[in-house]
Amino acid sequence: MIRLEPRTEPSRAMIALTPILAVLATMIAGGILFSVLGKNPFEAIRMIFWDPVLGEHAFYYRGQILVKAAPLIMIALGLSFGFRAGIWNIGAEGQFIMGAVIGAAAGLALYPSQSIFVYPIMLIAGTLGGMLWALIPAYLKIKFNANEILVSLMLVYVAFNFLAGMVTGPLRDPDGFNFPESRSFQQWDAASNPELIAGSGIHWGVLMTLGLVIVAYIVLTRHIFGFHIRLAGQSPRAAKFGGVNPNKMIAICLGLSGALAGMAGLYEVTGPAGKLTTTFPLGYGFTAIIVAFLGRLHPIGILLAGLLLAVTYVGGDVIQANLSLPKASIQVFQGMLLFFLLAVDVLVHFRLRFKRGI
Amino acid sequence: MKLLKTLMAGAALVVGLGGMAHAQDKTKIGFVYVGPVGDFGWSYEHDQGRKAVEDAFGDKVETTFVESVPEGADSERVMTQMALSGAKLIFTTSFGYMDPTINVAKKFPNVKFEHATGYKQADNVSTYSARFYEGRSVIGHIAGNMTESNTIGYIASFPIPEVIRGINASYLAAKAVNPDVKMKIVWVYTWFDPGKEADAATALIEQGADIIMQHTDSPAAMTIAEEKGILAFGQASDMKQFGPNARLSSIIDNWAPYYIERTQAVIDGTWKSGNTWAGIKDGMVEIGEFSDKIPADVKASATALKDGIAAGTIHSFTGPINKQDGSPWLAEGETADDGTLATMNFYVEGIEGEIPQ
Repeated sequence: MIRLEPRTEPSRAMIALTPILAVLATMIAGGILFSVLGKNPFEAIRMIFWDPVLGEHAFYYRGQILVKAAPLIMIALGLSFGFRAGIWNIGAEGQFIMGAVIGAAAGLALYPSQSIFVYPIMLIAGTLGGMLWALIPAYLKIKFNANEILVSLMLVYVAFNFLAGMVTGPLRDPDGFNFPESRSFQQWDAASNPELIAGSGIHWGVLMTLGLVIVAYIVLTRHIFGFHIRLAGQSPRAAKFGGVNPNKMIAICLGLSGALAGMAGLYEVTGPAGKLTTTFPLGYGFTAIIVAFLGRLHPIGILLAGLLLAVTYVGGDVIQANLSLPKASIQVFQGMLLFFLLAVDVLVHFRLRFKRGI
Repeated sequence: MKLLKTLMAGAALVVGLGGMAHAQDKTKIGFVYVGPVGDFGWSYEHDQGRKAVEDAFGDKVETTFVESVPEGADSERVMTQMALSGAKLIFTTSFGYMDPTINVAKKFPNVKFEHATGYKQADNVSTYSARFYEGRSVIGHIAGNMTESNTIGYIASFPIPEVIRGINASYLAAKAVNPDVKMKIVWVYTWFDPGKEADAATALIEQGADIIMQHTDSPAAMTIAEEKGILAFGQASDMKQFGPNARLSSIIDNWAPYYIERTQAVIDGTWKSGNTWAGIKDGMVEIGEFSDKIPADVKASATALKDGIAAGTIHSFTGPINKQDGSPWLAEGETADDGTLATMNFYVEGIEGEIPQ
């Protein structure tokens, strides 16, 4: 009989090390997986982790890593505040979609204006769109104590169908032969979020993400709000006595994470995706949950975790094309990362006791 | 010792260069798929085309593919990666890869791109598609004859001209032999999602459909039809193994001849941008073997229809045809031109419901 016994004082060094151990374990287990599939495991692991960063075509991949990492990091930053306070926004994907749709709609209403105000208006509308979408579960939780996990998750599907309705209806490109797509933002200068330096992958969203990492770090470590968040998560009762209003906390945490997800959606749709389509959401909102936890809910950790996950996405495509590996094997590999993170986490916080009987 | 080392390094260099020269002899060809190659539908058939290219050219080509590539920013990365790795010809096999293909093609003027089912071309971007609607006419004809509930269920992906054309062609052919036939349409907004496709099939059966047609990529609907004891058609691929009893026939996409022809053109240096829209006549659209459930007279009339389309004596859209709102579209004996077909965004008269707008 194996029993888990909580460790009284989990080692701080081990807590910091868990993500690294998880990555190493993933490399080993992944290597075994790839060799079972008849590929050279060292070559496969090298292609995933090394080639995108320092390999032959890394000049291109490095930019792509930033493109993939930016929305993950931006959304995860927002989520991390709520997660710390025990408020579970699982619907960032829906807020991402709503941010993109509302922001795009605000822009398209001004088409074909070339005013410099077009993009800021879109950005504000997108951010507000994501925020309002996240405030629905917040309101229902405050008013009726409805579970925010379920409500926010269900609203993802509502958002997706709203998107489908918009691109086949009001926001459809009138010159697009009835195809379910909006006008291209890439081809409309005032509303586009282009690569700022050719080949670098850096767009406004990447810069904004970096800025937000710094802001989040300062808020979390230096600001009273960060203190309240940490307090609410670690000791809700103490937080209450300390004057933290739990309802306000719910509204702020959900609203904030929704706002950042919405902003990420707007940057994505005007930049890398280029236009609204039913296929533009790539699951960043869900993957960001992994990023938030892999990064230990800490801004710097999230930055690193987002980059790491982006590397596995870009590298995953590299080995798929070069080693003819099925996509599913790469998804298994990426899934292992979260699995090992959780497993190592358990071992850090608990010790195994082997006992006879019960 | 030093001399030996130098010699060995020199030998290694020569071997290395030799290897490189050899590698450059091969023409690299990339394929981008929207679903998994194991979808046994759309992407599966494109992969069969890839394998046919490998068989036809052997050592002269090297093919790579990436499956389940989301349409949008990710696909642009995958194509760029293929071009960077030395691909000379890249097939992008879903409509949603259109703008990404054009974007990447601009960056790599020496790489040829072939985009399936789109409408944007460039000096190094060709488009190609099959006249699937011709196949729809044949299976619509069979469905109209075979339905007992007079209700055909249709699983539609996105309300784009290609899909609407297929619905119209099937309906017209079914109605020609069965004036009471009705078509129930469910939009699933995806090309490949076995779960959603299965749900749609179940919903259609509950609404009284006893034959299912689909414009999605997985055999999920075929599996449901087999379970519920109703009829269905293979889509993109034959799908017989998923519904030995349910399957009546199928529309099979055969990309192999086109892929071989275009590969040859790249090897010969004669590749030119263009737009190919081939049908039953050219063998790009094939009709799968007829099931024994189809009565002999229907088999005969379906074969005659297929042969007529192949010979060019029959067109899937021949007037008189009115639009859904009753306004005339084609006069008696008039056939639809490709331009109208390519941008079709209306139902023909008799179909119920509205195209999602």
